[in-house]
Amino acid sequence: MTEAIIADPARSRPKAGSPWTTAYGWAIPLLLGVCVLLAMLVSLCIGAYPMSFAQAARIVLHLAWPGPLPENPPWTVRELVVVQVVRLPRVLLATLAGLGLGISGTALQGMMRNPLVGPDIVGVSSGAAFGGVLAMLFDFSPAGVIALAFCGGMLAIFCTFTLARLAHASSSSMILVLSGIFISGLFVALIDLVKRLANDAQFPTMAFWLLGSFVGADPRKVAMIAIPTLGGGAVLMMMRWRLNLLSLGDLDAQSLGMNAGFVRWTILALVSLIVASQVAVSGVIGWIGLVVPHCARMLVGPDHRRLLPVSGLLGALLMLALDDITRALIRAEIPSGVMTALIGTPVVCFLFWKAQGKGWGRE
Amino acid sequence: MSNTVIEFNNLGHAYRPGEWVFQNYSAAIQQGSIFALLGPNGCGKTTLLKVLLGALKPSTGSVVMDGRSAFVPQLFQVTFDYSVLDMVLMGRARQVGLFSQPSVEDEEAAMASLDRFGIAHFARHPFHELSGGERQLVIFARALVSDAEILILDEPTSALDLKNQIVVLDWITRLSHQDGLTILFTTHHPHHALAVADNALLMLGGSNLVSGKAGDVLSEENLRALYGVDLKLLAFEHKGHSHETLVPVLPYASRARQQAR
Repeated sequence: MTEAIIADPARSRPKAGSPWTTAYGWAIPLLLGVCVLLAMLVSLCIGAYPMSFAQAARIVLHLAWPGPLPENPPWTVRELVVVQVVRLPRVLLATLAGLGLGISGTALQGMMRNPLVGPDIVGVSSGAAFGGVLAMLFDFSPAGVIALAFCGGMLAIFCTFTLARLAHASSSSMILVLSGIFISGLFVALIDLVKRLANDAQFPTMAFWLLGSFVGADPRKVAMIAIPTLGGGAVLMMMRWRLNLLSLGDLDAQSLGMNAGFVRWTILALVSLIVASQVAVSGVIGWIGLVVPHCARMLVGPDHRRLLPVSGLLGALLMLALDDITRALIRAEIPSGVMTALIGTPVVCFLFWKAQGKGWGRE
Repeated sequence: MSNTVIEFNNLGHAYRPGEWVFQNYSAAIQQGSIFALLGPNGCGKTTLLKVLLGALKPSTGSVVMDGRSAFVPQLFQVTFDYSVLDMVLMGRARQVGLFSQPSVEDEEAAMASLDRFGIAHFARHPFHELSGGERQLVIFARALVSDAEILILDEPTSALDLKNQIVVLDWITRLSHQDGLTILFTTHHPHHALAVADNALLMLGGSNLVSGKAGDVLSEENLRALYGVDLKLLAFEHKGHSHETLVPVLPYASRARQQAR
């Protein structure tokens, strides 16, 4: 009798197999992956020294599969140096930073059940930045900078959660955002304090680093961001379906048999590691982690199995595009952190306007 | 008893020391039975469910839950617009490894579960677009696909229209009788508890409770003590079956209507 009330025999039963497990499900990430590779090659051609797309591709292929150098290589030494030493590290750095921020933002939004969260809003970025400037103040090695940035990021997110828990609302997304803003404010103040304590040589370095930039990219920096981003990102990718469960809330996730606390802290640690490595090598770059998940959600929907890889690829694409604009169109080396904020703010305003009554306020 | 699946003894919870939500609660719930939890607003029904689910630590006493459980919250809303199939698929969390994704077999199981409730045609629809009753069935489908043995529902019929209330109550009975699920639900409707529950527990506040067979516990006297209002127990026959229900007596409205007549 009950089936008769609900069921409609006229409607056909759809086949099992979500879009993610079908060929169509892979099409968008694959297409985006190709776009990222093409954007990387195009980015290698952009700059003061002119270079053709084919030439850049030939040099990259040679660098990717190094064999004996041909007697008469089709490129000049200067071209090789421009690609290998100047542009490739920067392009890789921008790609990895965008990839990491896109993944991190999506993971945080899913986990905290709030589409207005990003690494900079919950305090991870400012905590990592504080760790970074502190390491610079004490003249730590680059590895020390990344280690302290990671600790700062973890400390900030721990403080955010503790504050929300003190308010007996660790699962309330609005309280979490508020806590993140408070903690972020505290770490920004601490950063200012460290800047005051810095000497004349340290201060400009800190100030420029904090603005977020890919200037001075080198293979060492690429390695510093690549290992945490690709390693942490791979683990996050494997856990991406768990984000769907976490987004239901702890009680529901737990009743479905998931250890919500363990999964949450594992994801937080991975996000902190990725964001800290990004902050350590290129300073604070806001908005990517907030805006990219929304664009990706519009493209492939909310299922994190598809959303997370697409967010990473979109983040990489956006970051590369912004860096290209910085280098090619303006040529004034505006820090990437400033560029992302200049472009990100209107995008968020647009999303706010579009999201009215579409469920963003659901608790 | 061997077929007891939920048992709590001297259970108590206080959010702050000395401020007890409930105290010294003991009960045993048998496998395959339907157990109703009743009490006025703020008496701690949801808190008791959270303690039973392990989301809150009991201040006193102990809970033994022998079986996989699935929880259906009071107002089921999700932040993101997942499809119905995605929602049901989440029920496979126990079967899918921590670092794995659901397989095609998991999706087949989810579809079969949706089929069982006659809502497979909604598989690709956004969960938010469904009505309250349909959403409740999706959550039942999710519980079924999770291989849960115990279903814990927090006010499953709240905010549902009359038809959907009947659909949900009917499914609660089916899941218990046909699938052998043990069902524990809270409700503000004593007649719902009387219609479907085998046993009931009335939370009278503090350490006062009445527990036992639903037909015995849901008496006019006990319900007057619980809610402070009068209810009448009515028995009638319909299509050859005998029924009992509880009807609230509205003091002012009844007098006003009589005077008007």
